Amino acid sequence: MCLGVPGRILSLDDADGALVDFWGVQRRARLDLVDQPVAPGDYVLVHVGYAIRRIPAEDVEVTMALYDELLHAAAAEDDLMRADVRGEIDTCAPSGGGPRGSD
Amino acid sequence: MVATDPRTPSARLEFRDPVRARALAERLATLTADLGRAPIALMHVCGSHEQAIARYGLRHSFPQNLDVIMGPGCPVCITDTPEVDEAVALARQGVRVLTYGDMVRVPGSSASLADARADGARVEVIYSVAQAVEAARQTDEPVVFFASGFETTAVATAAVLLDDPPPNLSILSAHEHIPPVMEIICEMPGSRVQGFLAAGHAATITGWGVFEPFVAHHGVPVVVAGFEPLDILAALVRLIELVKGDAPSVEHVPALRDPRGQPARPGLAVGGVSAHRRALARHRPHPQREPAAAGQVARPVRRAAALRHRPGEPVARPAASGRPVPLRRHHGWRGEPDGLRALRQAVHAVGARRRLHGSTEGTCRIWHAYGGHPDLEVPRERAAPPATAVATAA
Repeated sequence: MCLGVPGRILSLDDADGALVDFWGVQRRARLDLVDQPVAPGDYVLVHVGYAIRRIPAEDVEVTMALYDELLHAAAAEDDLMRADVRGEIDTCAPSGGGPRGSD
Repeated sequence: MVATDPRTPSARLEFRDPVRARALAERLATLTADLGRAPIALMHVCGSHEQAIARYGLRHSFPQNLDVIMGPGCPVCITDTPEVDEAVALARQGVRVLTYGDMVRVPGSSASLADARADGARVEVIYSVAQAVEAARQTDEPVVFFASGFETTAVATAAVLLDDPPPNLSILSAHEHIPPVMEIICEMPGSRVQGFLAAGHAATITGWGVFEPFVAHHGVPVVVAGFEPLDILAALVRLIELVKGDAPSVEHVPALRDPRGQPARPGLAVGGVSAHRRALARHRPHPQREPAAAGQVARPVRRAAALRHRPGEPVARPAASGRPVPLRRHHGWRGEPDGLRALRQAVHAVGARRRLHGSTEGTCRIWHAYGGHPDLEVPRERAAPPATAVATAA
């Protein structure tokens, strides 16, 4: 799961976390590791539940296009890269807060 | 903000541009043509690179005398048997063991965590170390997180450890730091790896300077690249140029634009000169630590390994593995037969058969998914010492 997954920050909370939108799926990600200040509207790259960097605005479009292709193109449903990207979204806690189950 | 991006929406996905890809493939052929029959062997160390090479069929475009070998880039392959044994032993003693999903089926000496769970042990799959923190906060009993993976996951574990974790949370770390692993590859008898392709995201965490001591010591060049076809092709071209030159160095591949010290594509690539900033720096001041500076970038990863067991942690030492497990094992394992054997198996990929389909980052599963073993025969003939490794694994 080296790829990570990009998402858009919807809001920040008090505990160094953020609500992040991934293609309409809203999840919580930790911001401990981001290299720059982030604000709602910024895009971040998330890996195992942690945002690891802010995506510069001018690179958002091409990055999202790339992941769109990975997630939605005519590749097999069980494509490994697609599975990894989806898995990355699952690393983030649900938007309702609290711990995830281990399902 | 940096300078305006030269790309336009119409140029989206230009990193898949077949014209550029063909040009790079031709450059590869030209570069390797005068090598004659002597093959050049380059190694990448990330499952996502192998995924991209297999998914887009890049090996088909490689010259015959270019071997691109998948090194130890799969967290399942690289995890040593005693580490699994330790987790299994803890689980069988009744300790709650939380781990990433791809570790559950990895066999230890006698059992996997899945086996232990089937026998009633409490083994839980989590997706993020943050869930382990939450689980520990809701109870007084010991909770162990069996942590695996390279820099990108190690840094998340480190973040938890540096942020006042619950006292009942212990970390059983099988994290790996990639430069020492690359050193082992180079020091293996008969090693023929002449250059390394390093993973963009891991270098996002550590900074690419983390490879400079390795290059200085071994004289083997490293090129950091993202995971798109053009990234990989361009990185291979640059690697061969460096191999043929006489000044090995660490570089990164901005495949799509002029090198300005900015990442080619932050989604999938890595920054160059600014990489030292991408360490464990927080996005706002934190009372417990200063923002990381250049030269400190690898420390959090090492610390995650050092804190394999938290001081004073209440978890009993495992008995089932039959021997004490050394602290910071993975820094001392380079001379240990188990570790070297595991590594050799990972290098030659077929050794991973035993753990087939364990991880989406394993060569075994990647080749299974994308069709066949593209260059299996060539490395088995040429690589040393393949015969015993293959025989052992089969």
